[in-house]
Amino acid sequence: MLAPTIWFLFFFVAPMALVWGYSFGENDGLLGVKITGTIKNYAQAFDPEILKVLRESVVLAAIATFVCLILAFPVAIAMTFASDKAKSWLLLLIMLPFWTNLLIRTYALIAVMRTEGLINHSFEWLHGIAVMVGIPVGDYAPMPLLYNKFAVVIGLVYVHLPFMVLPLYAALDRLDRSLIEASLDLGAGHLQTMYKVVAPLALPGIAAGLVITFIPAMGAYLTPDLLGGPDDLMIASLIERQFKRANNWPFGSALSFLLMYITMIFFVLRSYFEAKGGKVAVH
Amino acid sequence: MASLQRFFKREPRAPLEYIKSFRLRAWIGAVLLFLYAPLLVLIVFSFNDSKRTIVWKGFTFKWYSKVFENEGLREALGNSLFIAVACTAVSVLLGTLAAFVLWRFKFPLKGLLESGLNLPIVVPEICMGVGVLMFFAWLKWPNDMPWPLNLSQIIIAHITFAFPFVAIVVRARLESFNKEYEMAALDLGASQWQAFKDVIVPHMAPGIVAGALLAFTLSLDDFVITFFASGPGTVTFPIKVYSMVRFSVTPEVNAASTIIILITVLATVAAMRLQNPPKPTTN
Repeated sequence: MLAPTIWFLFFFVAPMALVWGYSFGENDGLLGVKITGTIKNYAQAFDPEILKVLRESVVLAAIATFVCLILAFPVAIAMTFASDKAKSWLLLLIMLPFWTNLLIRTYALIAVMRTEGLINHSFEWLHGIAVMVGIPVGDYAPMPLLYNKFAVVIGLVYVHLPFMVLPLYAALDRLDRSLIEASLDLGAGHLQTMYKVVAPLALPGIAAGLVITFIPAMGAYLTPDLLGGPDDLMIASLIERQFKRANNWPFGSALSFLLMYITMIFFVLRSYFEAKGGKVAVH
Repeated sequence: MASLQRFFKREPRAPLEYIKSFRLRAWIGAVLLFLYAPLLVLIVFSFNDSKRTIVWKGFTFKWYSKVFENEGLREALGNSLFIAVACTAVSVLLGTLAAFVLWRFKFPLKGLLESGLNLPIVVPEICMGVGVLMFFAWLKWPNDMPWPLNLSQIIIAHITFAFPFVAIVVRARLESFNKEYEMAALDLGASQWQAFKDVIVPHMAPGIVAGALLAFTLSLDDFVITFFASGPGTVTFPIKVYSMVRFSVTPEVNAASTIIILITVLATVAAMRLQNPPKPTTN
């Protein structure tokens, strides 16, 4: 046990402790950092500008998480009641993109959504047909799909959808089916049954799914960086700037630990929901 | 065509066979389209004989040969594969060891260590990246070592987040081990070591292989942590693609991405097969 423990302490705990220490430090000269015990760096996080970025990170991640829930719920329902074979196929189809390189997936989105991309190209083509048959639609202006908040949300949903499907499926799979049958027998429609019987029963699983999706979405770096515009900063991009451009390591460390604290709070929430019946079998 | 007809045909269905509902199938189809269309477009256009990637000009392999002629891209690909192999080898060792010891023995602070090992999995990538960057700067780790030593920082960082995943997978596999087999081996005169080597390790084997594939994929996939851990001038495949994507969408990147997608898909399918071997179908 010694080898893994030492590795863990040396290459994980020590770096994290260093970040934590630096977050109470001050720049000293050009390269040095002195740990002075100041809380100035944390106070700086409450600047209106920084707060705005934090708020936007939360809002964008929350919207993406919610869209994931809406997209994933029917898929999880179908998986729950499918045959074993269809179930494993669906699981594979949902998980496969998840294991594909994140950068490649983001790049694929860019290729499809850019001004000369497939979506705009198709619409231009439809537009051409509309002009040909004489519908007065004016000139075609490509839709600005990329480099805005819309693109960031689409990207976050695209990347994090599998995070939502698995916990939902795990929760729904454990439901007592006779309750659903009873609801249908007693005259409720399918949607009404979902809303009034399934959703409340699967609530811990839904909550776990929301948290599991929200945590990585909130800390995402690549998606907002590549798909967002210059003003669509999320907290991870802000941290990166402190290290690669602004050279303000103490402030960057403080921001990292703020993100860690938020993550930890949600992680505790997740354990709580899982204990209440939303446990995820497959990671 | 026949399968398409079957897809649209309204079969009589039991109330809970949601997978046979047309609306639900359409929904799943749309979700899968959303997940796969960008990737498929990317793959298709890697064979397109045109620099302006959106119009189909005929089939070609030339972008693939360009990838292998592109020194920078080839070096990045080679680096990534080397890092992934090294990371996999060490992660499997550390992860298996951790899983076995945590499963088998009781020792002080075991609970703490067990939950601690989950931390690298939940901590936001950006925080870990920052930690690794500061840690190596603090150690004054030399940046200008000859290949492959210049990759050591990246390899160490990858092992740190990959081996806990291996530990989880192997641990899950160990849960299904019947301890009586080990007892039997010991009763029949095997030494502790022989029992471990000839009884427990063969049982762990599928978990170890699945964990190895997981570590390999994770390492190949990682961008954020590598971005922070790498010294100046060290390029891995995701970093190279990142710098190329910033400027434009080119068929060369499409081709390189397709190669990586192929590698990951093969590794993932193999890992899934090993974790849940296809059961003999009963229907």
